[in-house]
Amino acid sequence: MSLIESEHFVDVTTPSLEVPEPQPALPTAPARKTTVVGYDINRPPAQRRRVSSVRPNDVLQLVGAAIGALAFTVILFQFVAPFDGPIGFVLIAYVVFIAMYSLVVFQDEDVTTVRDRLVQVVVTSLATVLLGALLYVVSYIMIKGFEALLHTNFYTEDMSDTGPLDPLTQGGIIHAIAGTFIMITIALIIVIPLGIATAVFLNELPNRFSRFVRIVVEAMTALPSIIAGLFIYASLILLLGFDKSGLAAALAISVMMLPIIIRAADVVIRLVPGNLKEASYALGSSQLRTVWHITLPTARSGLMTAIILGTARGIGETSPVLLTAGFTASLNLNPTSGPMISLPLAAFNFIKNDAPNQQARGFATATVLLALVLILFVIARMIGGRGPGVLSNRQRRRAAAQSRRDATRFQNHTGSTHRAVSTPSPSVTSPDGHPEGGTTS
Amino acid sequence: MTQVLTDRVAPAGEPDFGQPRPRPDAEIAQGRISVTDRIFRGTLRASGIFVLIIMSMVGLFLTFRALEALKVAGVSFLTTAEWDPDAGAGHFGIAAVLLGTVLVALVAIFFAFPLSLGTALYISEYAPIRIKRTLTSLVDLMAAVPSIVFGIWGFYLLQYQVLGVSRWLTTYMGWFPPFRVDSFDPDDPLSTTTVFTSSTFIAGIVVALMVTPIATSIMREVFTQAPPGEREGAYALGATKWGMIRSVVLPFGRGGIIGGTMLGLGRALGETIAVYLILSPLFEIQPHILQNGGSTVSALIALRYGEATNFGGSALFAAGLSLFILTLIINFAAGAVVARSRSGAGAEA
Repeated sequence: MSLIESEHFVDVTTPSLEVPEPQPALPTAPARKTTVVGYDINRPPAQRRRVSSVRPNDVLQLVGAAIGALAFTVILFQFVAPFDGPIGFVLIAYVVFIAMYSLVVFQDEDVTTVRDRLVQVVVTSLATVLLGALLYVVSYIMIKGFEALLHTNFYTEDMSDTGPLDPLTQGGIIHAIAGTFIMITIALIIVIPLGIATAVFLNELPNRFSRFVRIVVEAMTALPSIIAGLFIYASLILLLGFDKSGLAAALAISVMMLPIIIRAADVVIRLVPGNLKEASYALGSSQLRTVWHITLPTARSGLMTAIILGTARGIGETSPVLLTAGFTASLNLNPTSGPMISLPLAAFNFIKNDAPNQQARGFATATVLLALVLILFVIARMIGGRGPGVLSNRQRRRAAAQSRRDATRFQNHTGSTHRAVSTPSPSVTSPDGHPEGGTTS
Repeated sequence: MTQVLTDRVAPAGEPDFGQPRPRPDAEIAQGRISVTDRIFRGTLRASGIFVLIIMSMVGLFLTFRALEALKVAGVSFLTTAEWDPDAGAGHFGIAAVLLGTVLVALVAIFFAFPLSLGTALYISEYAPIRIKRTLTSLVDLMAAVPSIVFGIWGFYLLQYQVLGVSRWLTTYMGWFPPFRVDSFDPDDPLSTTTVFTSSTFIAGIVVALMVTPIATSIMREVFTQAPPGEREGAYALGATKWGMIRSVVLPFGRGGIIGGTMLGLGRALGETIAVYLILSPLFEIQPHILQNGGSTVSALIALRYGEATNFGGSALFAAGLSLFILTLIINFAAGAVVARSRSGAGAEA
């Protein structure tokens, strides 16, 4: 307010002292030379300016080129060419479309713009192809698996009394569902503490050794999963003489998941703001308390995401289980003895069979597996996706409430000590003027 | 346990500043760190060492078990194509399977590279801001889809749709040796397309879908880190969007493009189940990617481990060792390239 007044004052005073009219409409001398164009009564009403980046002409060019390409390809396929198959049709239509589109754009624009548009179209279609393929794969598996999923026995029975030719009203995959849950539980019990401790190690004790560990872990993230299975097969089964069992499969999955989770957790923990940790150390807390109360809670959502995505990978792997779990058609809840089967392995075995019902079961098993992975993924996205230290609304309310409670507690506490110790000496007073509570308690 | 720790008071005159300190070990030696922290650090270090031991044991066990077969086979292990370990030296080797592995991975990368580059550019540059996060999630979801699902899809659906493309390729491009198909005569109208089933080409396409998400997420990450100042500068000089991408985003993200592709290649080399389902096993050197039959190291292991004798098992471990070494080399190289590109970003990650 005061700023505007002073500007007004500076601008206007000089002319207004000379000219008796105190009109603010004449701010500076050159402004008087401005010719004001009179309002043209015949002018059409003002059009609202388009701020959208999409022009109708662009859309028409795209649609026109697409229709032209489609028509051309149909003629090519109907009358001229030795081509067949839907993939061939799409490929040729696409090439024709690109050519036609560049010609159409070239009518209006220069070469640079044509190039720009072409790249935009190609990049967009590549992304569409990838996401379309994802949709295609998922929907194909789900549609083919739908038939067997309708029978409740599919979720409650195992395959011990069911042959390949028996109808879908018999038999189920409870043994594979149970097996997957047992294996992944054991694997998580091993991997979560070990993985997070190692990730903390990489961040909290940075030296040459931990850098070496990080390099090895990063190289092992892309370890072929069959190698993890082969390792457990060589050590546990061949060397130590254990039988193939759920435990062996769980260990193989752990070896595969461990580098993935360490790496993801390492990245998340690295992003914890240093000033939070320094504040904790400044309050005199030890390294353990800082990690336990500051670093890990701050990175919690990211760590959960890392674990859940690692779990999704672990559930879906077939080859380590193939080598280490053996094969069974009946329910086995004991991971330490007897063969156990997991969902991907069950799907694999069903699919290899030629009987149509067995294949339907294979598709249904793959659908169950896919649904499980999807659910895990959605949970991970709901928990995670926030940066370290960024809270949800509920968390923020909870933190604020806790902070208020702490404030009253401190107030009561310092109030009582104030009476006990007559006056705090200036040397222990913080810059805010609050006496330091830690030394008195 | 935490209850006990709350009572700990730093010794007078020696404030416990904790981390970050330049040399933790020296401080421990001087006794400037409390007992709990010493135990804590010991635990962390122990878990680090344990992980390192597990990871190196993977390599050691493979080598240990492979030695028996390697000693017998000698150099012939690298040059022999057939796989019959019980027939003795000279009858088993990784020439065919290693070539098959590399061919499947190359076909996969041929498709995965443009797909992931395009998708990463679309997400980071072209996509409307509203759907950017959804697209990123979808790509991550695709990375989590189990390989058996892709394998089943490729085996039952894709395979028969690709046959026409394979026939066209061999008919018109058959002069290029990898596209040649024995026993297929394009002039014979009755010739069957079954020679094109279960080929390296189809397996490679399916593997491409599995490695694309990994390559995409690395490339996208690097592209979004391209400095906004230089982007604006390019626009201010009158560049079109493509001009900006070509002069700022792509040069800046070169390390991410190379590294992401190589990490994808590493994954493609190790893929087992999809290849096992699709490729019909054949243990001879087969460079014709459109033709039925082929083999990869991981599919060989999955196929033969059950019936292997003691010596045969050792031979399989030798094959696994070769795959392990190959992927490790590629991963190390990819990691180095990506890390160097990140350090150039000037952004402290």
